[in-house]
Amino acid sequence: MNGTTSSIRVDLQLIAEMVAPGSRVLDVGCGDGALLQHLWKTKGVDGRGIELSQAGVNACVRNGLSAIQGDADTDLKNYPSDAFDYVILSQTLQATHNPRTVLDHMARIGKRSIVSFPNFGYWRVRFSLLFGGRMPVTENLPHQWYDTPNIHFCTIRDFVVLGREMNLQVERGLALNGGGRPLGLDPAGALANILAEQAVFLLQRS
Amino acid sequence: MSEPAFTLPGHRIELGVDEKLRLDCGVALGPFPLAYQTYGALNADKTNAILVCHALTGDQFVAETHPLTGKPGWWDLMVGPGKPLDTDRYFIICANVLGGCLGTVGPKETDPATGKPYGLSFPVITIADMVRAQRLLIDYLGIDQLFAVMGGSMGAMQALDWAARYPDRVFAAVPIAGAARHSAQNIAFHEVGRQAIMADPEWRGGDYLLHGTRPHGGLAVARMAAHITYLSETALHRKFGRNLQDREVLTYGFDADFQVESYLRHQGITFVERFDANSYLYITRAMDYFDLAAEFGSVAAAFEATPVRFCLISFTSDWLFPTSESRDVVHALNAVAANVSFVEVESDKGHDAFLLDEPEFQDVLAGFLNGCAEHKGLNAT
Repeated sequence: MNGTTSSIRVDLQLIAEMVAPGSRVLDVGCGDGALLQHLWKTKGVDGRGIELSQAGVNACVRNGLSAIQGDADTDLKNYPSDAFDYVILSQTLQATHNPRTVLDHMARIGKRSIVSFPNFGYWRVRFSLLFGGRMPVTENLPHQWYDTPNIHFCTIRDFVVLGREMNLQVERGLALNGGGRPLGLDPAGALANILAEQAVFLLQRS
Repeated sequence: MSEPAFTLPGHRIELGVDEKLRLDCGVALGPFPLAYQTYGALNADKTNAILVCHALTGDQFVAETHPLTGKPGWWDLMVGPGKPLDTDRYFIICANVLGGCLGTVGPKETDPATGKPYGLSFPVITIADMVRAQRLLIDYLGIDQLFAVMGGSMGAMQALDWAARYPDRVFAAVPIAGAARHSAQNIAFHEVGRQAIMADPEWRGGDYLLHGTRPHGGLAVARMAAHITYLSETALHRKFGRNLQDREVLTYGFDADFQVESYLRHQGITFVERFDANSYLYITRAMDYFDLAAEFGSVAAAFEATPVRFCLISFTSDWLFPTSESRDVVHALNAVAANVSFVEVESDKGHDAFLLDEPEFQDVLAGFLNGCAEHKGLNAT
């Protein structure tokens, strides 16, 4: 494993593995561009980013990546259909106002969508609410209920059901632990919905 | 050759010799002189050229002591060895725009047909005409594709027009503090400037050169009004506040009691020494006429299937070309899935921020160019 590969988060590496070399990618919520940089360096991907924070956008452009300041909820509608091979939404779905609309636009703009999100069905989350009586605060979800940017939590099963309703076919799915490592479970299964702290899905219009 | 000897630094060539330049107004112009300056060296493949487009009152002296004012070049901060537009790596070209007054044909030049200065008989030119003339220069230099074209304000309009008109001749475009069209408010400010010039009796219907006069008063007022629009209230307040100029008390008269008045008067007085009043009329008009959507149907249509990599940059306190104008261009570029970056730089210096020391701006521009160089396979020379 070379330095570039090992320097990005494990879950981002898993997403990158789902992307074909030389393809066109739109990374929605691209942050400081770690994934885009990785995709460009390792796969020659023609990438673009949208990021809410100006600081993140500026960091991307400073590093030679294409990025604009924008909002997944409002700015995806400007893009034409089938403009990208992949549209990626990494750990951002739960922070959108209209997750279904965002997923709709992703499926329209990209031939494939890749979505990663925290699993609210994770046993610690259930445990916290059941026995603690408090909204869960975990390492990956560190915010209190009143200051969290995450306003639309879902479980893996919720996501799978929505995908089915939207005629999105799961091409690949991975149930991950908190560190972003695959658990080797069926991502749509009941066990993953309890044991996985997060998940990544590669979706295609069916 | 009927042209007087060119006494300024840089180069001056005759263009439109074999084929005249067809202007938007219908006039065929040529042969005509075009003055330009370069920095750095063109590489063997001619792939490292960056065309810098100057703003309304700028000129080709980007990064050297100005031959008329003795001040540093207007983008000295940006252009030079090791700077974002690194002259060890890139070949920087800047041409005096069509209609200008520092060597390129404009209203103060001699009309070969009459032997007199053009004055108002000079054809009305557009941003597109400026770009067409620059393309002739790029052809003359043997450059197939510019590595980048960039500029602030009116320079941004030219960069956008280049990308729309000659997409295959431009690898990357960087419109800074610009817009795809001149707004009603900006046209209004320009009209104030033009009326100030034309109201000066020394303007003589545009024939002041024949009468040996200069409408310095009118041009200075035009500059003063325009200069306010280049700043921001915060910047003005920080710089001057309500401080008095060389005095302790108000004079109860119309002297420049306030520092801000003195500053503006100074701006006006120094400007008239280097700029031609009729050029000011023509170039402001060119900006007013600029509207990509009017020519191409829509801004998106202007960039349909464009291969150009864009980076738009705006400044938070710029109220002349506010961020919303750049954002509109970005949305249009998104609509055609163009490769676009867009950065809004936090600054309280107003429109002029693109000329000033803004480290974030410099880092972004350097980073964008580095990324483009990597994608184009442009190696350091």
